[in-house]
Amino acid sequence: MAETSPLICRDIYKTFDQLEVLKGISLETKKGDVISLIGSSGSGKSTFLRCINMLETPTSGDIIVHGDPIRFTTNRKGERIPADNKQVELIRARLSMVFQSFNLWSHMTVLENIVEAPIHVLKVPKKEAIERAEAYLNKVGIYERKDYYPAQMSGGQQQRAAIARALAMEPEVMLFDEPTSALDPELVGEVLRVMQNLAEEGRTMIVVTHEMSFARDVSSQVLFLHQGVIEEQGTPDKVFDNPDSERMKQFLAPNF
Amino acid sequence: MIDLKGYGPALLDGAVVTIELALLSLALAVILGLIGASAKLSKSRVAIGVATTYTTLIRGVPDLVMMLLFYYGGQVAVNNLSDYLYDAYGVDFFFQFDPFIAGVLTIGLIFGAYMAETFRGAFLAVENGQIEAARAYGFSRWRTFHRIIFPQMLRHALPGIGNNWQVLLKTTALVSIIGLTDMVRVAEEAAKAERMPFHFFIPVAFVYLSLTAVSELFIKWLTKRANVGVVQGS
Repeated sequence: MAETSPLICRDIYKTFDQLEVLKGISLETKKGDVISLIGSSGSGKSTFLRCINMLETPTSGDIIVHGDPIRFTTNRKGERIPADNKQVELIRARLSMVFQSFNLWSHMTVLENIVEAPIHVLKVPKKEAIERAEAYLNKVGIYERKDYYPAQMSGGQQQRAAIARALAMEPEVMLFDEPTSALDPELVGEVLRVMQNLAEEGRTMIVVTHEMSFARDVSSQVLFLHQGVIEEQGTPDKVFDNPDSERMKQFLAPNF
Repeated sequence: MIDLKGYGPALLDGAVVTIELALLSLALAVILGLIGASAKLSKSRVAIGVATTYTTLIRGVPDLVMMLLFYYGGQVAVNNLSDYLYDAYGVDFFFQFDPFIAGVLTIGLIFGAYMAETFRGAFLAVENGQIEAARAYGFSRWRTFHRIIFPQMLRHALPGIGNNWQVLLKTTALVSIIGLTDMVRVAEEAAKAERMPFHFFIPVAFVYLSLTAVSELFIKWLTKRANVGVVQGS
């Protein structure tokens, strides 16, 4: 029997009021896949990522995390809502997210940020959670900052701490929402290097990014979104060097 | 030491009553404030309507009028309810609406309305990304509130809570009017009997002053703790 896919999204639609942002996006991952979602602003790539861990509820379509489909129901207004909030919480704990603006909890130190969810959500014993956190802080290279508050660190360090927080959940899939877009150019490299290491370790990652070199060099699969649909998809070589779609060609063309 | 003409112990008891009244009212006000703020921030139109009516009504009516209404009106209401229950169901239910209960209810209700506004503002000041990160890591709604939102909103709410508390503490003096033997009531009786208003009211003023001064230190300490992790300009 084939290994269970860490994450399958089937025919995801999302409409905000009248605006249809996603028009049927599907995605299937294998363990160790690094999937880059690229596309211009407003193409729906971040919304799609947010649908995967239910920060947005898809208007229709299925999300299946390691064989476990998210169950939906409709509320009195006829909107689609998750049927079981507990299930959603459990699934979110297995898909940890790294945000564009880091979103480390500002009233906690780096170490507290990292052990918070493992201890309280995953119920890992405190001692073990701390050991785990310290190991991941070492991995992202900011162990010596463990007792700092987020506001005392640079953006690059904050984002690396946020990656350590995501790793500490030992997640099925890691979701990255434009992890380098809020960083000064000279800090982008340190975050991308950490992400490249993770990819090489065989972690399953879905990365919304504007860093074309990362998409090309690190990912196993690239999805190009345009106006809520997948315009082009395949290996980086195929998508970047040999695209079928006009849109993708335009997107890659230098425009000045 | 000034000679309190034997009223010393009574004044001290009165001061304890004042503090008890203030602390219980504060607890009620904080609870009502949190409920009021959540109602105002909810999506339910009914909840928003009820909370807005509550804060508008309370903030527009003088404290003294509210207190008289509660004390005298409250007893009438209890009496009527008691009669009705006895006649209709044979249930024997009654309680005396004493000035202390009336005081806690009125002051709690009044300051709950002010606290609701304080908490609402503080809640809105918490960055959405902080809440989103909690949800994305599988926190339940309650855990999100008590681990992330509450500690962060406290920082924004404390100055308002501190102000409300000081005004609340002083408002307790009004309860002497409906007959509660708090510090002010004892001082008033003593001053009348001895014809020495300065002699009794000035010490009372000092007790209030020292209570507010101590609270101010306490709030400062709390603010320092709540501001942990915040880089402040010098």
